[in-house]
Amino acid sequence: MIAEIGHFALALALCVALVQASVPLSGAARGNGALMALARPAAQAQFVLVLIAFLALMYAFASSDFSVFVVAENSHSTMPLVYKLAGVWGNHEGSMVLWVLILTLFGAGVATFGGNLPPTLQARVLSVQAMIGAGFFAFILFTSDPLARVLPPPADGRGLNPLLQDPGLASHPPMLYLGYVGFSMAFSFAVAALIEGRVDAAWARWVRPWTLAAWCALTLGIAMGSWWAYYTLGWGGFWFWDPVENASFMPWLAGTALLHSAIVVEKRDALKSWTILLAILTFSLSLIGTFLVRSGVLTSVHAFATDPRRGVFILLLLVVAIGGSLLLYALRAPALQPSGLFAPVSREAALVLNNLLLASAAATVLIGTLYPLFLDAIGGPKISVGAPYFNLTFTPLMAPLLLAVVVGPFLTWKRADLLGALQRLWVAALAALAAALITLYLHSGGPLLAVLGMGLAAWLVVGAFVELAERIKLLRAPWRESWQRARNLPRANYGMAFAHAGLGFTLAGIIAMTAWKVELIQVMHPGETVPLAGLSVRLDRVEPHMGPNFEGRRAAFTVSRDGRFVAAVFPEKRNFPVAGQDTTETAIHTLGIADIYAVLGDSDGKGGWTVRLYYNPLAPFIWFGAVVMVFGGLISLSDRRYRVGAPARRRLPAGVATAPGD
Amino acid sequence: MMRLLAFQLVVLLALLASPVLAVQPSEMLADPKLEARARSISEELRCLVCQNQSIDESDADLAHDLRVLLRARLLAGDSDAQAIKYIVDRYGQFVLLKPPVEPATYALWLSPLLLVLFGAAGIAVYLRRRRAQLEPAALSAAEEAELKRLIEEGGP
Amino acid sequence: MRRRLIFVLPALVFLALAAAFYAGLDRDPQLVPSALIGKPVPQFALPALLDGNDGLKTADLKGKVVLVNVFASWCVPCRAEHPLLMRLAKEGVELDGINYKDKPEDAKLWLTNLGDPYKRIGCDLEGTVGIDWGVYGVPETFVIDRAGTIRFKQVGPLTPDVINDTIVPLVRKLSK
Repeated sequence: MIAEIGHFALALALCVALVQASVPLSGAARGNGALMALARPAAQAQFVLVLIAFLALMYAFASSDFSVFVVAENSHSTMPLVYKLAGVWGNHEGSMVLWVLILTLFGAGVATFGGNLPPTLQARVLSVQAMIGAGFFAFILFTSDPLARVLPPPADGRGLNPLLQDPGLASHPPMLYLGYVGFSMAFSFAVAALIEGRVDAAWARWVRPWTLAAWCALTLGIAMGSWWAYYTLGWGGFWFWDPVENASFMPWLAGTALLHSAIVVEKRDALKSWTILLAILTFSLSLIGTFLVRSGVLTSVHAFATDPRRGVFILLLLVVAIGGSLLLYALRAPALQPSGLFAPVSREAALVLNNLLLASAAATVLIGTLYPLFLDAIGGPKISVGAPYFNLTFTPLMAPLLLAVVVGPFLTWKRADLLGALQRLWVAALAALAAALITLYLHSGGPLLAVLGMGLAAWLVVGAFVELAERIKLLRAPWRESWQRARNLPRANYGMAFAHAGLGFTLAGIIAMTAWKVELIQVMHPGETVPLAGLSVRLDRVEPHMGPNFEGRRAAFTVSRDGRFVAAVFPEKRNFPVAGQDTTETAIHTLGIADIYAVLGDSDGKGGWTVRLYYNPLAPFIWFGAVVMVFGGLISLSDRRYRVGAPARRRLPAGVATAPGD
Repeated sequence: MMRLLAFQLVVLLALLASPVLAVQPSEMLADPKLEARARSISEELRCLVCQNQSIDESDADLAHDLRVLLRARLLAGDSDAQAIKYIVDRYGQFVLLKPPVEPATYALWLSPLLLVLFGAAGIAVYLRRRRAQLEPAALSAAEEAELKRLIEEGGP
Repeated sequence: MRRRLIFVLPALVFLALAAAFYAGLDRDPQLVPSALIGKPVPQFALPALLDGNDGLKTADLKGKVVLVNVFASWCVPCRAEHPLLMRLAKEGVELDGINYKDKPEDAKLWLTNLGDPYKRIGCDLEGTVGIDWGVYGVPETFVIDRAGTIRFKQVGPLTPDVINDTIVPLVRKLSK
């Protein structure tokens, strides 16, 4: 019964979406306030309906209702409740419901909190959002029904893949979707602006909070996915350039570029056409990612079960949504007011450089991911494009960007003094040099690139806070004045500092892990001790260990330095009888500046056990940096300027000639 | 039926991808330099029965066989390139995770550079055009002379 | 006008992308094409599976058109294609087998139960010869011409379509 209610709610949501997609749009075209006003309650209703469906599905999983097909395929009565719930999105059908839940959440958000938007814009934005929704509701109802019944119901389910029975992985999809489905809002704003024929500073102000919120979620989602891979896959890898990882990374790169180009639109009324295109492309990358993961077109460890019929449907959605919006762009964008000028050295130029490099990086990742497919489709040889390619091409694109990140905020608008800016950064340069020298001292045999990279990381972190120090005139004015300035500094400034600093931390972690990871693979017997990067690791014992739906073995290691106890770690190997699968539970102890990482392997039959021990320098910095980035984003988001209404549109006095497109 | 098959495929593939140890102590070579070479080459060879994993990462049987084979070739005195060629001769270029640089992949390898160059060029052209639009055109020599004449001749 | 052209570019690029996606929908991204098509059969010599037989070596595959089938008793799709192999053998096609990473007793039992379509069988216990053939999964089937050159490879179980549309015409053509 509950499942049927949920099912009906989805069907209703499709109807509401169809209405919302058409009526407010025609109302905006005719200036009919009543029709436009339909958008807000419709968007809210859509969200409530999808929430009902989502909760119905969740209830089916929680109560182990095996008459619902996806529950039978993906759940089992002995699973812990938290994984039964996570099972809702651990499969294709359920994850699509999560997808539209986030889509309608953002729609309802704009409907509820977008009171300061002009009615025509709001109506159009919500209409476009509903068009996307309608497409996906149709997809769900006709090809991927999550609440379909299977009769007679099986006695028990097939169980969730043991890999997915993990807290990190259980929570990673909702965060990821909040991010890359959230970019649909920027897309809707962009398309609405094209329909209106106008892009201005006010538009950029309205778009930014929604884009920033999505960006924060996506950053966190990607970081969680990476962290999950790190502690699950057993050798400390955290990024593989797998197509599905790339599918979430490309929108992140484009979204970051979008956040920065929107600043130029807002402050200088420039880069409008490009920003609109970027907003469309960011969500397009999300849609392409959704297609890649579910169509079977690419191989990936992450891919859901594939079905060509679904692939065709999603491709159709892509053609309509992306093709349609790009066509609209081709028709309407030339009419947008062209922008003001800026000098080759200026803040605008720095942001243009930012966009150039980020967009090129996103395009490179896209090309690398799709090249084998493209070559195969035109009848060429079958090749692989893997991690080595991406590492070789992505790094040189990012390096100049990271250098510029610190300098950009010191440049003034329109025309800037580069030398002056660099001089003010002498503290950061000193820090970079110090970091490089310290690295050289600690790792004299180390790769040169890593030494330079650590310098770059220090440049980023220190440079970000030097900018803040400049603004509050730290050490150049009395403390009281600095304090006063610090209190009055807009939150967005703090946000930027933290976000850029976070980038530096993550960079440091990545470099250290790539260059100086210590790995030890060998057979150990209980009582044996091995040296690991200045520590001593002793295998104490290996004993059996049972769980609610698994049986396994657990090893006990004691880690010490110079005789003093540092940590005890307990890696395990588990066997899940229902799924017939083995998993390895790594044991990680973090020392803050490094991780001790232990994995238990197989017995050699003679009392010895294969073990893998790692010393991962600065590994925690990778995810700490991501958290700092998100913290910065959230601080920016809390800036009052977004919440206390963006400025109303500039009204021109009657009779003043307007530029084309106004 | 399709769903069932598809699901079985996922379970099977997930099994292959399940995190069990890859390189075993018994596979490792005694000479650390050779072993290091073997590890770094392994990272560039695809495990053909897995989903985008290298033979260094995967625990599939075939990955094990290829790791052992690779080490045997290195012990026999092959250079890195020769050992890789041995495997490519048997499995084709698909096994290389770093695509070779050849006419079919020129577009792939050149694209990052070309993107940045074309982007930068596009921006430069755009700025130049905008500057020409916004700033008044300079006067030609004849027009300058005419203007001067008018100014000198004009007056109260 | 030229200005407008730039704005159309993204839409055109996307269209090309969509076309590639569409083409990719019915391709198998995991399928590894054989690197040995058009090359001679690798040098190898495998011991026999069944007592009294000769095993399989390179020289056996020259002089006539032969099918080589890589199989194992632990392989489920091999069981599915087995009746097709029996039929091919009955129709006079010469079929040799490589028993891949299998236990000889298990393989013998399997052949006793299902029937033995092979003229000769070689035992590749470690899979080393399989690597020389570029084998990455079972079953796989190769078509070899008179000169001992590999002309076709089927990855995965044979199907009636593959046999009727590809293998039988190819064998006929090579036998002329």
